[in-house]
Amino acid sequence: MTEEIIIAGFGGQGVLSMGQIICYSGVMQGKEVSWMPSYGPEMRGGTANCTAIISDEQISSPVLNRFDTAIVLNQPSMDKFEDAVKPDGLLIYEENGMTRKPRRKDINICSIAAYDESVKMNNTKVFNMIVIGGFLKVRPIIELENVIKGLKKVLPDRYHHLIPLNEEAIHRGMDIIKEEQAVKK
Amino acid sequence: MAESNIISPENLVYEKTSVMTDRVMHYCPGCGHGTAHRMLAEAIDELGIQGDIIGVAPVGCSVLAYYYFDVDMQEAAHGRAPAVATGIKRVLPDKYVFTYQGDGDLAAIGTAETIHACNRGENILIVFINNGIYGMTGGQMAPTTLPGMKSSTSPRGRDVSTMGNPLKITELVAELTGTYFVTRQSVHAPANARKAKRAMKKALEYQKLNKGTCFVEIVSNCPSGWKMTPAQSNKWMEENMFPFYPLGDIKVPEQ
Amino acid sequence: MKGNEALAEAAIRAGADAYFGYPITPQSEVIEYLMRENPADRTGMQVLQAESEIAAINMVYGAAGCGKRAMTSSSSPGISLKMEGLSYIAGAELPCVVVNVVRAGPGLGTIQPSQSDYFQAVKGGGHGDYKLIVLAPATVQESVDYVKLAFDLAFKYRNPVMILSDGIIGQMMEKVELFEQMPRSNKEYEWATLGKKPGKNSVIVTSLQLQSEEQEKVNLRLQAKYREVEKNEVRFETYGCEDAEYLFAAFGSCARITRKALDMARAKGIKVGIIRPQTLYPFPVDEISRLAGQVKGILTVEMNAGQMVEDVKLAVNGKTPVEFYGRFGGMIPTPDEILEALEQKIIGG
Ligand SMILES: Cc1ncc(C[n+]2csc(CCOP(=O)(O)OP(=O)(O)O)c2C)c(N)n1
Ligand code: SF4
Ligand SMILES: [Mg+2]
Repeated sequence: MTEEIIIAGFGGQGVLSMGQIICYSGVMQGKEVSWMPSYGPEMRGGTANCTAIISDEQISSPVLNRFDTAIVLNQPSMDKFEDAVKPDGLLIYEENGMTRKPRRKDINICSIAAYDESVKMNNTKVFNMIVIGGFLKVRPIIELENVIKGLKKVLPDRYHHLIPLNEEAIHRGMDIIKEEQAVKK
Repeated sequence: MAESNIISPENLVYEKTSVMTDRVMHYCPGCGHGTAHRMLAEAIDELGIQGDIIGVAPVGCSVLAYYYFDVDMQEAAHGRAPAVATGIKRVLPDKYVFTYQGDGDLAAIGTAETIHACNRGENILIVFINNGIYGMTGGQMAPTTLPGMKSSTSPRGRDVSTMGNPLKITELVAELTGTYFVTRQSVHAPANARKAKRAMKKALEYQKLNKGTCFVEIVSNCPSGWKMTPAQSNKWMEENMFPFYPLGDIKVPEQ
Repeated sequence: MKGNEALAEAAIRAGADAYFGYPITPQSEVIEYLMRENPADRTGMQVLQAESEIAAINMVYGAAGCGKRAMTSSSSPGISLKMEGLSYIAGAELPCVVVNVVRAGPGLGTIQPSQSDYFQAVKGGGHGDYKLIVLAPATVQESVDYVKLAFDLAFKYRNPVMILSDGIIGQMMEKVELFEQMPRSNKEYEWATLGKKPGKNSVIVTSLQLQSEEQEKVNLRLQAKYREVEKNEVRFETYGCEDAEYLFAAFGSCARITRKALDMARAKGIKVGIIRPQTLYPFPVDEISRLAGQVKGILTVEMNAGQMVEDVKLAVNGKTPVEFYGRFGGMIPTPDEILEALEQKIIGG
């Protein structure tokens, strides 16, 4: 199993940490992982993205141009990465703030209203955990318990009391993700 | 053979310090570098720290200072002696460390290293030989060259409107919180040389207190670069250099 | 841990005595990590932010002249400033470790990853006939392990060692195993300035010789040392070479991207292998020469305009065609592009 993921959005949406959490969770599950952020001027105010790779085998390239899954959280990111999804791959997009629907016909497409859900939870900070939950529903590559372990690793001790909240967010994400288009394998 | 009998311990009035080697110095006749070396060496000798001191030589006429000081020394790239000394002191905080630098080395190419070492208050002694010229490379203008003073790169005299004013870097570093003791001396006459030695000795003693950088400027001559006889150069120094670079302590530790 | 942070931690664990640096993207995490970690408390290692890269490398010179394990790191523009100091360190035969997390140039360039400092690292960069030992990590694990190796080689040969990394390896995270903390050495080297010993000659650390005859002797001694390095220290990795009809040559992060292209090619039935030099100096001349006798063509892939390819050509010496594919300016070649280049330039060519 190898899952090559690109996560992209505005800086501040927790794009980079989402990739890190997925990777740390992968490590907890005994997988090989690689995380590569975009860095530099792009990050300041503009868009940020990171490549996260989870695999049973040694990972060759940490930077890629085609992905199994693209998680796009704003329109510029959808514009940039929709075409980078491999045929039969997966595109997950956040509904809020998108001005158009994806166009590809040869990929699986899911949408998630993670932002609205986080508002309902009275905590927009868990936005990215909701997205991770949605992703794991569609691509159950990591077990929840390992995600929690991964979270413990990423979060400083003083935030560990927030872990139940994050777990709740993951569950919400799993519940609210919507399949919009499925292609036969 | 009466002469040879004169050389005997009873007749000894003056002995070369063992902190200097026996090598014949390459400096021009009458050059202040030799005396300045000697005063520093004697200060090291009197403190009994020959085995506990590491020196850094500059690029300039005193590039071979390590031939003359019988202490462990490193040769730095042009202007970088304060950085090299920082590196030494940081890994050997219990040793004494000094740099010996000319004005081109310290106040031109190495200005940043000088200011920042002083600003960090590195516990080192910086000995600064200000002869108002680039001696080694044949008498070009230095940042310390006086207004109107001729050099091979200011053949009509230093024109401050285009070449800038002489840099009083010693006053500048005295302004920095990091410096502990800053003084300006000379070695052109015995009394001055003794005072310069006392200043360097005091500076080395201060180094044990870990209170900051000690900076000893020695206003010196360069008979070759100035195109004067040694006697003329000393007179010219007294008449022209000293008014611009007045001798004396600039920053002394509070008692 | 990011590659840069792992490397910084490795420096502490390798028993480094001192680190001197100056911030520059994409390697500032090294000094940030060290300042945060404050190894003075853990091991006594000194960390200082210098006023410039020039000052930093000269601080390294000073500490190395005392026989201490000193290190600095920077990225391309800062490495250019260190070239003077590196030449002096090589000339004075001092051991030290310098890390270059390469970004694209020339000039201020971009902060994106690149391999465009290959020539500078391998062919000199500073003045005079000298060589750096150059290690090129491809993984975070290697950038950790090479810190230790670099110090060992630096002291074995009393020569500066450069770790030529890049923005990808510096910024990425992956699994890494850190070696155990090594004690800082208190060995007193006879060539180090530690204070004059009674009855012994004073120690002088210098790169200056006034007489040409003496300087030539120094140069000959350095050259003899470099021949030893070339004999003993060549390191490389090969994959898929046993049955290879074609060969990729690539180093560092670019070799990993090329590995991906290799897998894609093999899936299409193209028998291609890869050689990845881990030491760029000394260069794996013999192995490349051997492989050149076996394959129908070699594609060198780099994130520059074609630098290592010159050394590959020298090693191949006309035995088989050598072509180049590269992206530069901070652009990263994709596995698809590399495969296409192999098919067009080597197989089709
Ligand atoms: C990078 C570099 N630039 C220039 C030189 C040439 N150079 C050698 S000594 C010197 C000036 C020395 O003048 P100063 O520091 O005043 O020492 P002095 O000879 O007067 O004692 C210069 C410019 C050099 N060695 N290295
Ligand atoms: S050139 Fe000047 S500074 Fe240099 S040795 Fe001669 S007199 Fe002294
Ligand atoms: Mg001078």
